[in-house]
Amino acid sequence: MAIDPQPEATVPAGGPGAALPAEPEGGSAGYGPWRLALRRFLRNRVAVAFLILFALIVLFVLAAPLWADHVAHTGPNETHTLQKLHVGDEVREVVTPEGKPIGPQLFAADGKFFLGADSRLGRDEMVRLMYGGRTSLFIGVVSGLITTILAVVLGLLAGYYRGWVDSVISRALDVLWSLPVLLFGIAIGTSLALGGVTIGPIHIEGGSIWVPILIISIFYTPYVARPIRGEVLSLGEKEFVEAAIAQGAGPLRVMFGEILPNLASTIIVFFALNIANNMLFEAALSFLGAGVQPPNSSWGTMISVGEELLTTQPLLAIIPGLMIMLTVLSLNIVGDGLRDALDPRSKIRFEAHTGTAEPEGAAV
Amino acid sequence: MSAAAPLLSVRDLRVGFVTEGGLLQAVDRVSFDLRPGEVLAIVGESGSGKSVTAQTIIGLTRSKNSRIEGSVNLGGEELLEADDTAMRRLRGEKIGMVFQDPMTSFNPVYRIGNQIVEAIRAHQGGVDKATARQRVVELFESVGIPNAAQRVNAYPHEFSGGMRQRAMIAMALALEPEVLIADEPTTALDVTIQAQILRLLEDLNRQRGLATILITHDLGVVAEVADRVLVMYAGRVVEEGTLDEIFYDPQHPYTWGLMGSLTRIDRPRPHRLPQIAGSPPSLLDLPEGCPFRARCPHEFSKCPELPGLEARLPEVPDHRDRCWLTPEQKREKRQVEGQIGLEAPAEVRRA
Amino acid sequence: MLRFIARRLVGMAFVLFIVSILVFLIFNVIPNSPPAQRLAGKNARPFLVKSIEKEWGFDQSLPEQYVTMMKKVFNGELIQYSPRVPVDDRIKEGIPATLSLSIGAGIIWLFFGLLLGYISAIKAGGWLDRTITGLAVAGISIPVFLLAPVLIYFLTFKLEIFPNGGYVGWTEDPWEWLKHLILPWFTLAVLSIGFYSRVLRSNMLDVMNEDYVRTARAKGLSERQVMTRHVLRNSLIPIITLFGLDFGATIAGTAIITEVLYNIDGIGFYAAESINKLELPPIMGITLYGAFFVVFVNALVDIAYAYLDPRVRLGASASQ
Repeated sequence: MAIDPQPEATVPAGGPGAALPAEPEGGSAGYGPWRLALRRFLRNRVAVAFLILFALIVLFVLAAPLWADHVAHTGPNETHTLQKLHVGDEVREVVTPEGKPIGPQLFAADGKFFLGADSRLGRDEMVRLMYGGRTSLFIGVVSGLITTILAVVLGLLAGYYRGWVDSVISRALDVLWSLPVLLFGIAIGTSLALGGVTIGPIHIEGGSIWVPILIISIFYTPYVARPIRGEVLSLGEKEFVEAAIAQGAGPLRVMFGEILPNLASTIIVFFALNIANNMLFEAALSFLGAGVQPPNSSWGTMISVGEELLTTQPLLAIIPGLMIMLTVLSLNIVGDGLRDALDPRSKIRFEAHTGTAEPEGAAV
Repeated sequence: MSAAAPLLSVRDLRVGFVTEGGLLQAVDRVSFDLRPGEVLAIVGESGSGKSVTAQTIIGLTRSKNSRIEGSVNLGGEELLEADDTAMRRLRGEKIGMVFQDPMTSFNPVYRIGNQIVEAIRAHQGGVDKATARQRVVELFESVGIPNAAQRVNAYPHEFSGGMRQRAMIAMALALEPEVLIADEPTTALDVTIQAQILRLLEDLNRQRGLATILITHDLGVVAEVADRVLVMYAGRVVEEGTLDEIFYDPQHPYTWGLMGSLTRIDRPRPHRLPQIAGSPPSLLDLPEGCPFRARCPHEFSKCPELPGLEARLPEVPDHRDRCWLTPEQKREKRQVEGQIGLEAPAEVRRA
Repeated sequence: MLRFIARRLVGMAFVLFIVSILVFLIFNVIPNSPPAQRLAGKNARPFLVKSIEKEWGFDQSLPEQYVTMMKKVFNGELIQYSPRVPVDDRIKEGIPATLSLSIGAGIIWLFFGLLLGYISAIKAGGWLDRTITGLAVAGISIPVFLLAPVLIYFLTFKLEIFPNGGYVGWTEDPWEWLKHLILPWFTLAVLSIGFYSRVLRSNMLDVMNEDYVRTARAKGLSERQVMTRHVLRNSLIPIITLFGLDFGATIAGTAIITEVLYNIDGIGFYAAESINKLELPPIMGITLYGAFFVVFVNALVDIAYAYLDPRVRLGASASQ
């Protein structure tokens, strides 16, 4: 890339990233930046492994209805408190008279109560884990989408128009950014728990999962919008934007046609990391009771239910926690991998610094 | 120049960096001598390897990614083989260094005076702070910083660019080194300030007999202070000689190009400012033969073979270049290309 | 510097005002149900709802309602209705536990985060760096609600090394205080240790490319002097900002979950309890105080930053 003897590359080299290496395959010509990024990403074994892990988690939660209907023969919210379970010749109680739920049966009862029952309500933990994962992932992804859209629109407006539009948007983002996120999330979650909220034509019920989605997507917008604004500011000074304006392109054309495509790599990286953060936030809210409302489950609510039985059935709290961790870990690593693949300079800066002097030559 | 024993002697220096794209040969077989009291200018575009050469001399390019060969000899000591402690002691004490951008070359969070005190005390642990400080004040005065006693307490951003570069020079001189390496010391400065800094360097060179390596891309700077000139291109020396030789009888087409980009008040302005077409080749993938040939308007059948650095003018043995053209061809083509050199009568040039 | 502080304080006052408006909107305006009903809590009797409606002036205009709310909060008249206890009293009782937890965790995460980040940066590329970087990613991905159950189950129930949750005052028994807090401290700190080591590492690698580091080497400083006096010192400035922000956010938020998991009777525990009982006055109070605290800490951090970076302090480029 930077090795091509381009005329504009005659700026004094020697700064960080001056020694940006070419693709080892030699010819970077002929490949688009996306293909190069893809190749760099695929070479990062760890990131690919965790991408596969994330895909498996998604498949796992998508398979929830299949497991519920064909293996467990029960739904996520069905209680089995007084029922008995036939394990081979033995008959076991789903919940003992003392209120202790049955432990993991794996395939002893043909997959019923694979991970045991969740509480004295005797719900199938495995089914709840799968459905809860759906909720958690759904909230994470949808909030991520909303955050991204909000952040891109605000960042584009602020960075493109500058002046007072920028001041207003930036100030608002600063205020939002300085609020204690969890406390406000709790405040909104609890105050909406009773009657929900009506925004124009949209009505959201108190117990709806759209309440946490709304909270999460609004509070995480500044974290994405601020870097995007910064990038739009610098892109606005590039020749191709000026050229587009000179050719009479309107503001919308310039913002969405010229600038937006150049933000793509930033948006992709932030999206992956954002989903991870959203899921942690959702789990925190739900754990405290201000997020997903019963009887619906999410991994966060399952931990708070399981935590009460920590001494006797520790897995009830640990397994959903582990699921959150694996999901978040895979998203974080994939996000890091995407950043390295899409913005190789950042990686150079991180890893090739060992020489105190950069060779001047490469980029010239 | 008299043939005094060289203070610093560089032989066949090669510096390469291992990158993902292969070995990047930033400096290739560079040799030169620096004699006491001499100002040697190394000239070239960015990427020609001149800064890497300078930084290699004081060991700043050492890393696990760099491949350094050849010899750098300072007063009998082989620097490429010196260990880190020895190199550390030598930096500042034997060789002072001035960098291009005085804006970024001072740590913004410390007072300038303290940064120089730090340099003094790193080498002379016995010197107490007050004494070191007093020395800094004297140094500031000697490089022409007014109000030295107060200015030592200022932060870098409180200095103007020119003052900062003076402070930088003061820092390089703090331990009275034998050699000063100035890496593009005037590039980041305004033209008027540039002249002042050059005058300062010249004075120091005269008064202290300080041997100086001046690295620059600007032949105008060279013309003011240098005794001898080394022209570098793509990591190699393509021409070397005394200032007069290089200015009045440049042998390499690349040097002509550099001269062509100088505007001169003693000449009628050309209708179009000449410049060198194209850009330097990638150091990862140098073409066979003369590295300049892709940009050279005079390329001919011999160019695919790399010319050696040789004296091609029989009368001037220390004027060497890497170009296959005969001196006569050069003179002819040079005249056509842009009225470069040659106006000085041959007698002046040989004097 | 004084002008900078003054400007920052005015900015702070403005943000505080916005925060109070937001809290007002969240509790009294946006939701779909009658505010008195919500404030009264679950299963409140009609006469309580009526009296709250009068007390809070819900029949008046919104600006008047806002003034009433703020008066109540700052005169300490905020009351939870079942049982009837002043919110301020409960919050005051929770402060020592919450501060013990947050300050201890802050010290731990700063110490280990910086230590690991520093080692990682000076050994960048080596196996030690790769190990630390890997651990750091794992660290920032471990939610407290996984870490706490695992630690509690193994170290408290199985091995019985640590006491089973709860909080013992520092003044009552310092040793017990320590024993009760070690697990919560580490639980709360792990995420930040990972995060800070990553941030310090990348800051240091950036600073290592700065010209003044090359200057420091060129003047003959030893590698350790270069690293500590120039690279580390300059990399720490942004970390201090970050620490201020995170510390504020920890007290006013992240600590809540840890308090709940370890049964530490602090402010967060009180908040969680109120959520479960759907009692809004305590949440309103905690949110407002918490936000005020965070905004105040942010202002302090900016001032500290200005003090540490002479370019800002001396007004060269206040806006960066």
